[in-house]
Amino acid sequence: MTNTIADIEEADVILITGSNTTENHPVLSSFVKRAVKFRGAKLILVDPRRIKIAAYAHQWLRQNLGADVAWINGMMNVIIEEDLYDKTFVAERTEGFEEMKKVVEKFTPEYVEGISGIPAQQIIDAARMYAAAEKGTILYCMGITQHITGTDNVKSLANLAMLCGNMGIRGGGVNPLRGQNNVQGACDMGGLPNVFTAYQPVNNPDAVKKMEQNWGVSGISDKVGLKVTEMIPKAHSGELKALYIIGENPLVSDPDLNHAEASFKHLDFLVVQDIFMTETAQLADVVLPSACFAEKEGTFSNTERRVQRVRKAVEPPGEAKDDWWITWEIARRMGHETDQYTDSQKIFEEIRKVTPSYAGITYERIEVEGLHWPCPTTEHPGTPILHIGQFPKGRGTFHAIDYIQPAEQTDDEYPLYLTTGRVLYQYHTGTMTRKTQGLNEREGESFVEITPRDADRLKIEDGAMVEISSRRGAIQARIKISDKAVDGTVFIPFHFAEAAANRLTNAALDPVSGIPEYKVCAVKVSAAA
Amino acid sequence: MDNGNMIIINGNEIPFEPGETILQAAQRKSIEIPTLCYLKGASPTGECRMCVVEVEGARNLVASCAAPAGKGMVVHTESPRVVEARRLLLKLLLSSGNHNCAVRKSDDQDWTGFQLSVQKEDSSAELCPAWGDCKLQNLAYQYQVTGEQFPRTETPYPMETVNPFIVRDFSRCIKCGRCVQACCDIQVNDAISFGYRGSNTKVIAAGDRPLKDSDCVFCGECVQACPVATLMEKDARYRIRPWETEKVRTTCSYCGVGCQLNLHVKEGEVVQVTGVEEIAPNYGSLCVKGRFGFNFINAPDRLKSPMIKKEDGTFREASWDEALDLVAEKFKAVRDDHGPDAFGLLTSARVTNEENYIAQKFARAVMKTNNVDHCARL
Repeated sequence: MTNTIADIEEADVILITGSNTTENHPVLSSFVKRAVKFRGAKLILVDPRRIKIAAYAHQWLRQNLGADVAWINGMMNVIIEEDLYDKTFVAERTEGFEEMKKVVEKFTPEYVEGISGIPAQQIIDAARMYAAAEKGTILYCMGITQHITGTDNVKSLANLAMLCGNMGIRGGGVNPLRGQNNVQGACDMGGLPNVFTAYQPVNNPDAVKKMEQNWGVSGISDKVGLKVTEMIPKAHSGELKALYIIGENPLVSDPDLNHAEASFKHLDFLVVQDIFMTETAQLADVVLPSACFAEKEGTFSNTERRVQRVRKAVEPPGEAKDDWWITWEIARRMGHETDQYTDSQKIFEEIRKVTPSYAGITYERIEVEGLHWPCPTTEHPGTPILHIGQFPKGRGTFHAIDYIQPAEQTDDEYPLYLTTGRVLYQYHTGTMTRKTQGLNEREGESFVEITPRDADRLKIEDGAMVEISSRRGAIQARIKISDKAVDGTVFIPFHFAEAAANRLTNAALDPVSGIPEYKVCAVKVSAAA
Repeated sequence: MDNGNMIIINGNEIPFEPGETILQAAQRKSIEIPTLCYLKGASPTGECRMCVVEVEGARNLVASCAAPAGKGMVVHTESPRVVEARRLLLKLLLSSGNHNCAVRKSDDQDWTGFQLSVQKEDSSAELCPAWGDCKLQNLAYQYQVTGEQFPRTETPYPMETVNPFIVRDFSRCIKCGRCVQACCDIQVNDAISFGYRGSNTKVIAAGDRPLKDSDCVFCGECVQACPVATLMEKDARYRIRPWETEKVRTTCSYCGVGCQLNLHVKEGEVVQVTGVEEIAPNYGSLCVKGRFGFNFINAPDRLKSPMIKKEDGTFREASWDEALDLVAEKFKAVRDDHGPDAFGLLTSARVTNEENYIAQKFARAVMKTNNVDHCARL
């Protein structure tokens, strides 16, 4: 997030898109609801489902799946056409406005209606509402990123925010809501194929040298590595021989699971380190038991870049160990004897040395309340809001982005769209939440959310078992007729391994981010055999 | 602040910001004014009248949670008049339900009868489940009052237990309204409200239906806000007493909001979770997963030993030495025989920064590859 969670309550207008906020970020959604209920903020929701937060929205725009670039360009078209944009901000802080304007010109509300299914007038109204805000914030989640145009979608939202001068101010910003406790930290720490810690590029010779010096090694690769979604096909083709997976369950969370499963089986050697015998661990050659969050010391970085302490409350079960200990024991046994670590704090001290944005953060400083990176020195108060006065590279760039349709369309054989996501009572692949009986009692099995009309057309009753199939696979689940659904589109949560929605999803990737298009594929629904 | 904006509380000159209440000014200077219904972050209701103070020149006692501090105001927070008012309020509250915390006169006859009648309704021979963690009990001790002066009022509503997480025991409700504010003003789930009237007042969900059939999302904000034993975690009620547990503050491991929470540990097990109040980012709030979804920590099927796959495809337990040596040997062979890029590492958005750092360092410094990624994209 460019801004903080608390900042949401200061916004005049909140634009939420591709985030089922009340179910996936319930505590954060309270900040939105309070802003609307008590501070008079206006809420615009753009989402293909009538999710709960829609009840608080002043405008709900229902776009066709994958039509995000179109409606965002459409809003910008209106804002430019009606001269509602922030000319000072555009002139002083940005570049590329004219090129962007040229592309946006054809995205008239009527043209956008044809692509997105959003009535032209709604686009005009939403554009006016967002542009009128002194402080407008944009909140988004995987509904924006999990498309082949995910990167385009995010850049388009940044365009919109810059156009209205909503960057670098309280109550503004472009704010991705991170779905996992430490996805921010995993990125910050260089858990990515193209960057070291703090996003220092691996193909920058200075960065490579810096790491070699600090780590006392030579020969660090300056070649960008494989993304997870590239590793799977390489495993399938036999180029990738060994895979070491820590705390992930790709055999439920990956797209096109049937293909992923076959790929994993091609590996010579698979090591899985986890707290449970997950679907992925069952395929492993060696399984290593690790301690869970309640059993270890360390830090997580939340969605607002706040680095916070994790503390040990109980002992890990049996022989389970801290993940860092296990990984570094393997290193030691491979003959890497330098750098022995005694505890997480010692590792954190090393992180500070090679990670400019974390250099000023210490365990002592975050004992009571976490700090937002960048925090370059121990005197620095942290940076709750990014891009105040200036962007890191000087001016913010408008990107001229055209609309591309999703990788898969419905047809006669697969006439319905499928989109996937989470429900309130379960989490990701369910390895943790499904251990709590009460959560299962509330929502314990997969379902296909469908409109009454679609169900009627298919002659299927509420609660009936159906088979849902795509070009890649088939699963069975119960029909749930719901007013959250919209005609022509069904929704299935991906938590449940036994009816894994990802057997159906499409592994088509965003060319830049490598994110699969989980949010759009074509399916058919029929009565279970 | 100029000298004009001063209030005198118990003889102390205290500066205040315009709009601040007497209670807020006092709290800032650590002057304790007891409250029951006051909930930080919500607008004061003045419902319980426990925070009354005496303001010189004012005819009536003033509810300090709602009354703005005024220039030159002289306030007494524990004057005889104030104490008398609070004692009367407490006596009325203590007599209004199943407050069997033994804050009563040593009249055996009456106590036994009272305890037996509570037992009949709550099927436990123990003292109130909130014993030791109850604002009403604390105040009763502080002001040395008991509950028998007034005839006991019966509650017309049975207990609600028909959901997995929260027990609603209306016999112990003091109608302070904190739960309603927690639900409607803090979490804004708007699931509960006051229903019925007068002595029949009840906090109801969706036309007086069970929580499970209402808009309730089981965030448990109401449970944390409840000052007495009306709303409690089902699994903790009667089973966990506050003095048996140790609280460890940490960061939630579900979504990316990073809520600060307290793990309550009893005999080496996490048995309850509460939100850390007055600290960002969540200021005490949690969701159903953060508050109630902790059973995985102590699940019997947690992995407890390294495992190596046998020829027949099943696993056998192994020692750390054996498993780690095997992994080290295989990784080394892949690196040396097929090149560093034949190896891939998926680190985790679930583990700590320190562990992610070590994982990518292992890939880069030891395996010499940048084939490291995690599930940010998935």
